[in-house]
Amino acid sequence: MPSQIQERAMDHSVPSAPLISVRNLHKYYELGETRVHALRGVSLDIHRGEFVAVMGASGSGKSTFMNLLGSLDLPSSGSYKFEDTEVAKLSKVEIARLRNRRIGFVFQGFNLLGRTSALENVELPMLYAHVPSNERERRAKEVLSLVGLRDREHHFPSQLSGGQQQRVAIARALVNHPSLILADEPTGNLDSRTSVEVMEIFQRLNEHGLTIILVTHESDIAQYATRQIVFRDGKILGDTPVAVRMIASEVYKTLPQMEED
Amino acid sequence: MEFASSFLVPALRSLARNKMRSGLTMLGIVIGVAAVIATVALGQGAGGQMQSTVAALGSNMLMVFPGSVNRGGLQVGAGQTKSLVVDDENAIRENVPDVEAVAGAVQISTQVVWESNNWYTQVMGSDPDYFQVRAWTIGAGSVFDDEDIEKASNVAIIGETVRRKLFGAVNPIGQVIRIKNLPFRVIGLLAAKGSSGFGQDQDDIVLVPLTTAQRKIVGITWLNMILVSATSQGVSDVVQHDIIALLRDRHRIQPGSLDDFQVQSMAEFANTLKAITGTLTLLLGAVASVALLVGGIGIMNIMLVSVTERTREIGIRIAIGATEADVQLQFLIEAVLLSVAGGVVGIIVGEAASLIVDLALSWTFSISISAVSMAVVFSMTIGIAFGYYPARRASRLNPIEALRYE
Repeated sequence: MPSQIQERAMDHSVPSAPLISVRNLHKYYELGETRVHALRGVSLDIHRGEFVAVMGASGSGKSTFMNLLGSLDLPSSGSYKFEDTEVAKLSKVEIARLRNRRIGFVFQGFNLLGRTSALENVELPMLYAHVPSNERERRAKEVLSLVGLRDREHHFPSQLSGGQQQRVAIARALVNHPSLILADEPTGNLDSRTSVEVMEIFQRLNEHGLTIILVTHESDIAQYATRQIVFRDGKILGDTPVAVRMIASEVYKTLPQMEED
Repeated sequence: MEFASSFLVPALRSLARNKMRSGLTMLGIVIGVAAVIATVALGQGAGGQMQSTVAALGSNMLMVFPGSVNRGGLQVGAGQTKSLVVDDENAIRENVPDVEAVAGAVQISTQVVWESNNWYTQVMGSDPDYFQVRAWTIGAGSVFDDEDIEKASNVAIIGETVRRKLFGAVNPIGQVIRIKNLPFRVIGLLAAKGSSGFGQDQDDIVLVPLTTAQRKIVGITWLNMILVSATSQGVSDVVQHDIIALLRDRHRIQPGSLDDFQVQSMAEFANTLKAITGTLTLLLGAVASVALLVGGIGIMNIMLVSVTERTREIGIRIAIGATEADVQLQFLIEAVLLSVAGGVVGIIVGEAASLIVDLALSWTFSISISAVSMAVVFSMTIGIAFGYYPARRASRLNPIEALRYE
């Protein structure tokens, strides 16, 4: 599985082209008579293999930016190219396919389907990719072992801890071999120890070449990334490489042992 | 197989999650379909019953009545005129092809007396052919013959009801009854025929020779009606036409003038009955299908609630790559499953209900394939029609708002 991710990252025909290319992106919302200008001209490139932390206060435009990157929303003006494709020019079905196969979402609130087993939650994206059912099961089990939850595959979300639920969500995001993981405050609902566990998984995936964009307002979480982008008032305030990167597997060893489940 | 594991199983599971709600939603369709099935089945049962009643009367029978006649501007009512005579009867017998039997008849309602018992009944005078025309047989004793007609004998054949009222346990054959104070010897007992299906007791009758009835009981020379049986039901239209032509000629009715008689055919009557029961069935079915419509609205209502409840789930599905068609299909399948399951249960309930009614009325029970297949198609259509709007609404949700929905 990790080798597959590596191959995907490398066999791209134009390795020099950025994975994401954003130029002068604007987004307005009409709220009654007032117009909210959420993004005021954002331009940046994100290359394959980067681990980007997007930071900013609430209302800074970072959530809007993430929604645009995830093609859950379309920009009011400007250009957003994903893998050299202008997303605004895609049809609805093509955008759904993009979300399904090229991007994996991880949310703050986990967003697993209730009363549905971990295995079936992970199988869900493959359902929409029309993967045959035996293949679905095989691949779902594979990614569940990757996040260390193979023994919990028949548990419902309500029977799993927050950290375990987030790991199921990560497995679900990975299962269609995307080229980008978009994580929106993935540690927001987790305690610090579990947060480090989740960051360890992200760093491991990133080491194998997967591009990760993570929204967070916790500056210590942002230290696990390789690049930090700070938003304020709909603009990029800062875009800097992480000088002293924290390694989750190292941090984990220094944490005091706790009783988990 | 792929479809089943991808869409059918999750849909079933989501319906099973809310068993009470799914059951109540289905109930609307169950009642609607059961009502349609039961009314159609009962309508067909009633129709079949009437058909067999008509067949028992003689489905190839025609009845000629003296009709209204215009005398100096005065319309005289049907059955009140003297326009039909025995010669007309003979002319029909001799001249109209495809006629099996012809019987002229005279009838009067009067008191019949035996010893201290009496009974008000219908006394019918006719020919021996009457039994053939009415397809009626003798239960005991014998029928009168041509000699009795010639002599105007005082003999009578009584129906089962008259026997019961007058004689009770006594054997009526050979007994003497009095009609209009004249003595009649009972020579036969008609086989019981039962109710005509229009509430008329066919066994409440006394038959005497035509001549006896004309001369001794009623005191007329003409006929009250002529019964004709065609050789088959198929030719009864032609026979009717021929009788009309013959009688118009015999009665010297000018072209353009009204007939002074009427010919009614049982085939025509049967068709009228069929049309009436058909219309009634349609009407009842239409009323019942209102219930089906209400059931459909119930499905729509529940699907809308379900879409709202599962807004977040829909948001998740869209975020991980479900297309509008995928989401729409998911909710449509749930709606169709609800309505088809309701339809199947409704068919069972409806057929059971009509079986019970058929048993109670001793009608013949039959499962109408057309009604069943129509109910299935109908309930499926209702599922699609009423599931479409909620499903479309689900597929059009904004994923960002849906994911934020609590």
